[in-house]
Amino acid sequence: MSTLTRPAVHRRSNTDRLRQGLANGKFTAVLILLPPALILFSLFVILPLADAAYYSAFSWNGYGTPTNFVGTQNYERLLDHSVFHTALWNTAKLILVSLLLQMPLALGLALLVYRKTPTNTLFRLVFFLPYILAEVAAGLIWSFVFDGDYGITAFMFQALGQESVYVLADRQWAFPAIMTVIVWKYFGFHMMIYIAALQSVPKDLIEAAKLEGAKPRQVALFVQIPLIKHAIVVSGFFAIIGSLQIFDIIIPMTNGGPSNSTHTIVTYLYTFGLSRLNIGFGSAAAVVLFVLAIGIALFYQRATAKEERT
Amino acid sequence: MSKQRASQPARGKRWLAAALAVSSGLAAFVAAADTTVRVLRVEISDVEKQYYADVVAEYEAQNPGVNVVFEYIANEAYKTRLPTLLQSNQRPDIFYSWGGEGLRDQVEAGFVRDLTEEMQDGWQDLYPESAVRAFTLDDRVYGAPLYATVVGFWANTALTEQAGVDIDAIETWEDLQQAVTTLRESGITPAVVGGQDGWPMHFYWGYLATRLAGGEGIEAAKQGENGGFEGEPFVRAGELLQAFVELNPFQSGFMATSYERASAMFGDGEAALHLMGDWDYIPSKERSMTGEGVPDEDLEFIRFPRVDDGAGNDDSFGGMNGFAVTRDASDEAVDFLRFLLNEENQREAARLGIFVPVAHGSEEELDTPYARKVAQILSESNFHQVFLDQALGTSVGATVNDISGDLAQGEITPEEAAAQVEEAWMFR
Repeated sequence: MSTLTRPAVHRRSNTDRLRQGLANGKFTAVLILLPPALILFSLFVILPLADAAYYSAFSWNGYGTPTNFVGTQNYERLLDHSVFHTALWNTAKLILVSLLLQMPLALGLALLVYRKTPTNTLFRLVFFLPYILAEVAAGLIWSFVFDGDYGITAFMFQALGQESVYVLADRQWAFPAIMTVIVWKYFGFHMMIYIAALQSVPKDLIEAAKLEGAKPRQVALFVQIPLIKHAIVVSGFFAIIGSLQIFDIIIPMTNGGPSNSTHTIVTYLYTFGLSRLNIGFGSAAAVVLFVLAIGIALFYQRATAKEERT
Repeated sequence: MSKQRASQPARGKRWLAAALAVSSGLAAFVAAADTTVRVLRVEISDVEKQYYADVVAEYEAQNPGVNVVFEYIANEAYKTRLPTLLQSNQRPDIFYSWGGEGLRDQVEAGFVRDLTEEMQDGWQDLYPESAVRAFTLDDRVYGAPLYATVVGFWANTALTEQAGVDIDAIETWEDLQQAVTTLRESGITPAVVGGQDGWPMHFYWGYLATRLAGGEGIEAAKQGENGGFEGEPFVRAGELLQAFVELNPFQSGFMATSYERASAMFGDGEAALHLMGDWDYIPSKERSMTGEGVPDEDLEFIRFPRVDDGAGNDDSFGGMNGFAVTRDASDEAVDFLRFLLNEENQREAARLGIFVPVAHGSEEELDTPYARKVAQILSESNFHQVFLDQALGTSVGATVNDISGDLAQGEITPEEAAAQVEEAWMFR
């Protein structure tokens, strides 16, 4: 945005820029402010990353120092592992569900409740409540809901005179059940982002559209949604990164089961890397996750930035 | 405070005397407690904690220079934190161990003290050979046994009698299958299993593999002999398990049931059988709705059935738990461990009924018929095979748990299951 508003400047050489930077004190600011951030960043982000990359070349159980160098074997095993494929596919499903189901749902609800009225406040609170709940607690609660003996599901099936279904023990239904919970858990968060953005849309624009005879649906489609595009881009980014990180809902619900069919990349990493003490293997999975996350983030940024410019 | 008091002449002398007394007392304390032995144990019942507290009190009374501290960590957390703890300078002197490949990892990383000489000095004669073997790697002993557990079928005889099944007549795998069929026909759930947790289902595959290959066959498979874990007995274990599951022996939705729930269900009389360790006696009662569980007169603990041509029909399957000593721990630590695991303390544990101790003769003190049955199975056993999910190490063990569940659900073939275990073993 800022690059657009600034008047066009003719290209200057780097040395010119440096000289000017030194003169106006920018350089001193950088010199003072950068090191603490850089030290913290290297210590807590770069160093562990480098460590993980290093360990991923070893077959190592976490005891002592890694000595058994195996090269790329961990990566080969990872890419061969059918459970890892399942985990990748599940993560992709989560991203798709977040983008195609959760975000439209959140947007629709936001359009319904963004105006400041007491009833709307109540609705917003209700929709936002799942997000406040701790992930582990949400997972536990839903594992009771889906319970085939005592859960609401069991009750419903019994009421219909049907044999009870054990949703979380069923390979077909376990992951859709998890996706439902994730949509339920996070749509409120995205809704809040949209509400904040919708409230900043100038009222006169909406009035003008209405005077021109636009129906509420058209107002939403042609005035409000285009104007909150930046919020949608941000919420899409959160949805993708969040999907890549899903872990603490799945562990209490299915622990990756039945038959390792509900793993995401992170639960895979935890189960096959950490809790089985294959630190080298887990590090390889972590490196793959990191590369994926960076790749997707860059791709997303490029794609959305391009759109913004046009 | 102290400054004010000191400035008051009347109290000055008294204060000085008190300070002297305290400081000399402190000096005496420091001089006396010059060695601290830290013991790390998986979280346990209050009764067992009290038992250790009593043993420690007695030891400290006999050895004024030593101070013993027990610390407890919950089961799963213990397993994941131990590697880090052993590498830090917070490492304990004595730590709880399940033996097997997990212990081997620790030994190979150089964290464990070799106890071979101390053990040969009369110590190991206290225990049966199979107990010492669980802590023996390449002829060196790296730990000492505390207690053994045995897996068998807990049976609710009220239900089996109702179906007309004679529980004591179940000798072979076919007998068990027959019993399952009869129970189903009578409308009784034959068995509960906590499929969600993995390890309870591994008891079926693991015990069948032990019956077929025998403890020695499993050792041979580890060396890659006879096709390793892809060998015939391991494939057949999968076949037997799948044929068994086809009889519909388990409660509905068994893969969504945790061990705790299964244990409660058995306690509530919802099924006739539960393949579980002897330790489930009290937990099953406590978890049941009444808190009473299956009444003792209706409760039996039976041996896992024999399998045709099984090389391990006289072997037992379960745990062998004990303690290992860290490499640079003091000699006092070894001395305390020897005291903790001596015959008198083992007998006392049996008297209290907190576990089934391994020392020779301690079974005489056991109170319940189940504990005595366990002791009998152990003493008659040729080879005590430690749970496969522990004996083969964390990583392979988890694979064994996975394939057991997959087999029960018909997700994989017995051949694929065996191949997965072998692959995990090669890459461990």
